[in-house]
Amino acid sequence: MTKKNQQLIDRLADEARHGRISRRGFMNTAIAAGLTATTATGLWTSKAQAQPKSGGHFRWGLHDGNTGDTHDPGTYLTRTMIFLAHTHRSYLTMINGDGSLGPDLADEWSASEDASEWTFEITPNAGFHFAGRAVTANDVVASLNHHRGDDSTSAAKALLSDVTDITAESDTTVKVTLSGGNADFPWLMTDYHLAICPANDDGTIDWQSGDGSGPYKIDDGEMGVGFTLSRHDGWHREGAYFDSVEIITLNDPNARQTALVTGDVDAVSLIELKTMALLQRDPNITIHNIPSAGAITLPMFCDTAPFDNPDVRNALKLAMNRDEIIEKIAFGAATKGNDFHHSPAQPFWPEDIPQREYDPDQAKSLLAKAGAEGLTVSLSTADSVYAGAVDMAVLYAEQAKAAGININVVREPNDGYYSDVWLKKPFCLVSWGARPTPDVMYTLAYKDDAAWNESHWQNERFNELLLQAKAELDEGLRSEMYREMAMLAKDDGGTIIPFFNNFVYANRANVGTPENLAASWECDGARAASRWWFNS
Amino acid sequence: MGDILPLVAKRLGFGLLTLLVISVIIFFMVELLPGDIAQAVLGQGATEENLAALRERMGLNDPAIVRYFDWLSGAVVGNFGESIVTGERVSSIITERFVNTLFLAAYAAVIAVPFAILLGIIVALLRNTLFDRVANVLTLTSISSPEFFLGYILILYLAVKTSMFPAIASLSGDLSFGELLHRTFLPALTLVLVVTAHMMRMTRAAIINLLASPYIEMARLKGTPPWKVIVKHALPNAWAPIINVVALNLAYLITGVVLVEVVFVYPGIGQSLVDAVSKRDFPVVQACCLIFAATFILLNLAADVGAILTNPRLRHPK
Repeated sequence: MTKKNQQLIDRLADEARHGRISRRGFMNTAIAAGLTATTATGLWTSKAQAQPKSGGHFRWGLHDGNTGDTHDPGTYLTRTMIFLAHTHRSYLTMINGDGSLGPDLADEWSASEDASEWTFEITPNAGFHFAGRAVTANDVVASLNHHRGDDSTSAAKALLSDVTDITAESDTTVKVTLSGGNADFPWLMTDYHLAICPANDDGTIDWQSGDGSGPYKIDDGEMGVGFTLSRHDGWHREGAYFDSVEIITLNDPNARQTALVTGDVDAVSLIELKTMALLQRDPNITIHNIPSAGAITLPMFCDTAPFDNPDVRNALKLAMNRDEIIEKIAFGAATKGNDFHHSPAQPFWPEDIPQREYDPDQAKSLLAKAGAEGLTVSLSTADSVYAGAVDMAVLYAEQAKAAGININVVREPNDGYYSDVWLKKPFCLVSWGARPTPDVMYTLAYKDDAAWNESHWQNERFNELLLQAKAELDEGLRSEMYREMAMLAKDDGGTIIPFFNNFVYANRANVGTPENLAASWECDGARAASRWWFNS
Repeated sequence: MGDILPLVAKRLGFGLLTLLVISVIIFFMVELLPGDIAQAVLGQGATEENLAALRERMGLNDPAIVRYFDWLSGAVVGNFGESIVTGERVSSIITERFVNTLFLAAYAAVIAVPFAILLGIIVALLRNTLFDRVANVLTLTSISSPEFFLGYILILYLAVKTSMFPAIASLSGDLSFGELLHRTFLPALTLVLVVTAHMMRMTRAAIINLLASPYIEMARLKGTPPWKVIVKHALPNAWAPIINVVALNLAYLITGVVLVEVVFVYPGIGQSLVDAVSKRDFPVVQACCLIFAATFILLNLAADVGAILTNPRLRHPK
């Protein structure tokens, strides 16, 4: 190895230690510098990745919080509450940094053969902060039942609608019976609403006290302002390196980023894409740009003219230049969509489906075939949907002109967009949060009878496959089914998906982060407090 | 003195009437907002069933007029009710926030009022000199820029570039009084810059106005030094308009700080008002707005009383 290459590798290792280079970038450059892949991997693990250290006070600025928030898991809505929940409460399962499903409160879980009965074994090591007792199967039953029943106001009610019975078989065993098979059920348990709270004697839960069994316990706090937490000694999983954590609600983007730059906080949950490039130049700041399962969709009512013709729908899909939209609207922080709502950040993602590109000529010929030349449609949107949503619609309208399509962009009021426009207007722009598995996403918004079937899409084969895949425990077969469903959605479905938006967040360079960051939420699946550490 | 009390009583009576009218307006404004509380609480993830259950629990199925009178019957006996969203008492939500806002307003006022009046006297004394021009240009520039812009400029120079002060004024943990003043200095300074120009220019104008009066000429002819002419002879007669402007600006320091609170993440009442509006949490919105309205009414009253006390002629209208 030449001296020059040695210098290069030293510098690379330094860059990697400070988190300024990804593993892939490191490997590429190291191999170019003359190392073998094996040596480079060894170097990455030994030199670049520091070991977690304990200690310190972690100040965490979050981008969305409201004075009207409550500790009720059924009405968790803002990021502050969701992130707080992952810090002071536990779930049955959790999504690991590498995207796989791992244990939280449940040590292990198993299903009956048709996947309609699930048994969870609760770890005996978990305890509540304030109640000072172990977490039992009873608490789990009560916490899940909080989202069920006629008078439940929980937003997770629909998620658990297949559940027919939840029983505590013993102090540490919970059995859930479903009306049909659901191979993804343990994944559903990571939903942010399903936090486990202590049960009251009457079968309800005590959410009011803010008690939980997570890595940190709440010392003090005020909704819409912030919380201080300290480590819960004897937490039942690995991690929780910080001694204490302070969550600060920083709704204003400028205040958030300034606080990060001046060192008033150690990490923030959202970076404005417009200023991302400028912030990148600060050597004290590490920016993470993580592909997520959140998406921007443009659903068209498949039962309303002119969208009732698949050729028209496909023409509209072809008339969109996704690369330009990602470059100009998402500032590159997005993963290109392919008109099926299944993100690379979710399991079973089909890799080999050809990407749909911008092709105004083919769009034109499809319109000619459908007898709909000179098509004019209205697209409803509002700025609150996504930063730049209106601009995106205008840009799309410009791109579609090349295909002879005339799109009128209708700017709707921000307030009440999801009650007055979404599911009401035949063509609109929607932002979807990340869902853990394709089944959850498809069942929510693509199943024929789903309340949120935003495109009114009815496809017999797709719905048949959806039910089959749901109860299939063989992962190879499931992958096959999801691949076929993706093809159906792409070529027959009524939804244009320009991109999956990335999570873009940042931390000070002295904060250590694991190699893989979970993609379920910003900040390592909302678990930065228990997974990150201070380097020095 | 005795003739002031009936005036105060009368004005307070009118004030209460004003508050009542305002409460009606606010209630129906909140009603007019698209979407409702249930929708705002459950967000995009709500289903019809959820919404119905939540509306039932929150009592939203009663007609608007019934809900308003329910609230009013509590409010007249000093019970502002509970937040519809969290179920907490409105008073407990707002008290701490209001104390924070009052603290920031007082901090800014303690600096701004003496500074502005003193500066006003000095520029009146040195009128039409370079100093007068510069002071006018600077204060007018600061009042003409939006608060958030001033805030960002201060953050850039005093927090990012020199790290003299923290960029966010969050009040977590136990802070000593000195730390508190240090933490909240930037928002206070922003407010000082915003309110100074108005008070300074009114002081200057009121004094210069009087300088043409014969009694000032008399004083000058006696050989009184210029500063004494202004402080001893002109100022006492200029207090009335100055007090009026000071009162208006004090009211602004309490009610107009929403933007400053947002820029510096200061947990004041403006922030809770914004949050409550976004959730359609009517009792909290109502309480915040009534506090703002009452602030204006009381400070205006104080200004009138102050003007009368400093000018005995006003107490004996012809």
